[in-house]
Amino acid sequence: MSKTITIDPVTRIEGHAKITVMLGDDGKVSDARFHVTEFRGFEKFCEGRSFWEMPGITARVCGICPVSHIMASSKTGDAILGVNIPPTAARLRRIMNWGQIVQSHALSFFHLSGPDLLLGMESDPAARNIMGLIQKFPDVARNGIRLRYIGQEIIRILGGQSVHPAWSVPGGVREPLSDEGRSAIKRMLPEAFDITGVALDMLADMTSLYETEAQVYGDFPSLFIGLVSPQGGLEHYDGVLRVMDSDGNILQQGFPPERYREILGEAVEEWSYLKFPYYKPAVTNGDYSAGMYRVGPLARVNICDFAGTPKADAELRRFRHIVPRGKPVTASFAFHYARLLEILFCLEKIAETVEEPDITSDRVRARADVNSLHGVGVSEAPRGTIYHEYDVNEDGILQKVNMIIATGQNNLAMNRTVKQIAQHYITGQTLSEGLLNRVEHGIRLYDPCLSCSTHAMGQMPLDIQLYGPDGELLDRVKR
Amino acid sequence: MAVVTLTINDELVSAQEGQTLLSVLREHGIQLPTLCHLDGLSERGGCRLCLVEIAGNNKLQPACVTPAVEGLVVRTHSDRLVKYRKMILELLFSERNHVCAVCVMNGNCELQWEAAKVGMDHVRYDYLNPSLPVDASHERFTLDHNRCILCTRCVRVCDEIEGAHVWDLMGRGANSMMIADLNRPWGESQSCTSCGKCVQVCPTGALAQRGSSVAEMEKQHDFLRWILDGREKNVWEYTDAKSN
Repeated sequence: MSKTITIDPVTRIEGHAKITVMLGDDGKVSDARFHVTEFRGFEKFCEGRSFWEMPGITARVCGICPVSHIMASSKTGDAILGVNIPPTAARLRRIMNWGQIVQSHALSFFHLSGPDLLLGMESDPAARNIMGLIQKFPDVARNGIRLRYIGQEIIRILGGQSVHPAWSVPGGVREPLSDEGRSAIKRMLPEAFDITGVALDMLADMTSLYETEAQVYGDFPSLFIGLVSPQGGLEHYDGVLRVMDSDGNILQQGFPPERYREILGEAVEEWSYLKFPYYKPAVTNGDYSAGMYRVGPLARVNICDFAGTPKADAELRRFRHIVPRGKPVTASFAFHYARLLEILFCLEKIAETVEEPDITSDRVRARADVNSLHGVGVSEAPRGTIYHEYDVNEDGILQKVNMIIATGQNNLAMNRTVKQIAQHYITGQTLSEGLLNRVEHGIRLYDPCLSCSTHAMGQMPLDIQLYGPDGELLDRVKR
Repeated sequence: MAVVTLTINDELVSAQEGQTLLSVLREHGIQLPTLCHLDGLSERGGCRLCLVEIAGNNKLQPACVTPAVEGLVVRTHSDRLVKYRKMILELLFSERNHVCAVCVMNGNCELQWEAAKVGMDHVRYDYLNPSLPVDASHERFTLDHNRCILCTRCVRVCDEIEGAHVWDLMGRGANSMMIADLNRPWGESQSCTSCGKCVQVCPTGALAQRGSSVAEMEKQHDFLRWILDGREKNVWEYTDAKSN
């Protein structure tokens, strides 16, 4: 009896994810797939609008990381205007981007992954959420909420609102940072540093508990891609693209990000609305999956030569001790560690940058008209590198829009992670809730942006289906 | 001019004969929602938001083009009127692509304000989602047909105040489109003086400063009063005119 997996159109707009597991003749897992079943269509419906509106429009792609789209879109606009934005504007954009990474990483670590890590992967599902965390570890939950608040507050102080601030625009930013705003940011930082320090200690204490997970939750060779500063430091706003393989060889030292199309391709599979970006030069015999790469905190921390701030550099040295010298960390479980390391780095950079003497300068916007009909803007979102590319006509009306979102670039790796977890934990023909959560955590390591559309806190609406070799549906667990 | 007496909301009110009902109501502190009306421009009666009930007439009448006549009995607020005003606003929103969240006039838009005032929290009609262009050919301004409610304030200010008559309406009904100079790109218009009056009187984000980003556009209508006071009353003192 042959069965076809169909994606119900109703669930497509619900922000649902689906996972299918295929069993071979021997009853073992032969393949597993992570399906994203929502369709947005931003690239198409932005056509015909003006590029000046794009930071505001593309911010609506996401409610958790709107700043990442605003940054990439503003930078694309800068390229179309052909301007060098005022240095203060660039610094202010960086502060907002760091604030965004702090709040998003805090959400991922404390709210979304915290319940699994602290309460146990297979603990009672009724309590395995932020509410359960508040009950059992109120200090940890409070810390997470405070740290996220501080990140959001930095965004609000700069942009007027913490979600979808219409502040960064082509040519710079709309409002300068006030003296009061600068003082308010400085006042919040000591608490943020304390919380991050406690979180790093907590994660270090848990290492021995999750040795198996670290090995099977997505530990495989892959490329790592992200931005580094021209000097090779940890970078989140500008810089050059670096590509590293899983042996630590640098395949691209400092590739110009605006030429990303030369090295990145996008494949489409009929079973997911999420595209599958890949690194073109690594494709062998037409198999694009050989170009699988990971982006995000793990990739950024792997590819950089140094962080560039004292505390983050000290932490980076400890991070590098996980693996033999010169090798990148290939276990996706280390995303958690990399995320905390990045929070530390961002806080240090914010503290450093708000002390710049001209940070409250009111020269923050360059004015120009369309000077180039094509622009590319690349930045680092919490989840990885984000690319915006616009073609406009001479009036500035968009003719073509291409966006490569961070989560998409981890698509191949997420599928690989799901397969690895399934192969390790599925031995019979039935699925348990514990397995569901382990798979869920495998996905959650990448902090994919699907959760934002469901407002889920620690729970994604997952649907796992187990298929026999003849296509028969053996078991199914839905959440 | 003769004085007439009318009854508004059960109270006797005096007015100049021929004065519009809307101006009488405003003189007496009764506020009605309006979109196509703007002090200083001729009346059009197009948006229908200022509809009132008149005793003996089953049809609702727009106050902006209804003259005050002796013995008129007017009611300005009733469940029926609120229902119709809400309906009109919902129809305006469903007709084109008014996506407030990403509009240059978000927070400063008269259409948005009126919707908020009548408590319009959703649209009951199917959105038409027309595919409409943005004309960004002018070096200083943009025309976004998606946000246009066809109030023709721009047509009137350009014709009556600036004297250029760049703007007109083309087509019929909901398919009408603002056109510059017999339908050519605004940037190619030979009659446009680039004065920007049309942009300032536009109640929505249809006409905007070029390069505006989301929620960045604010508009000033004061200039109309200053120009008219100067022309008609020879008052050129801006601060005084502004406080009037």
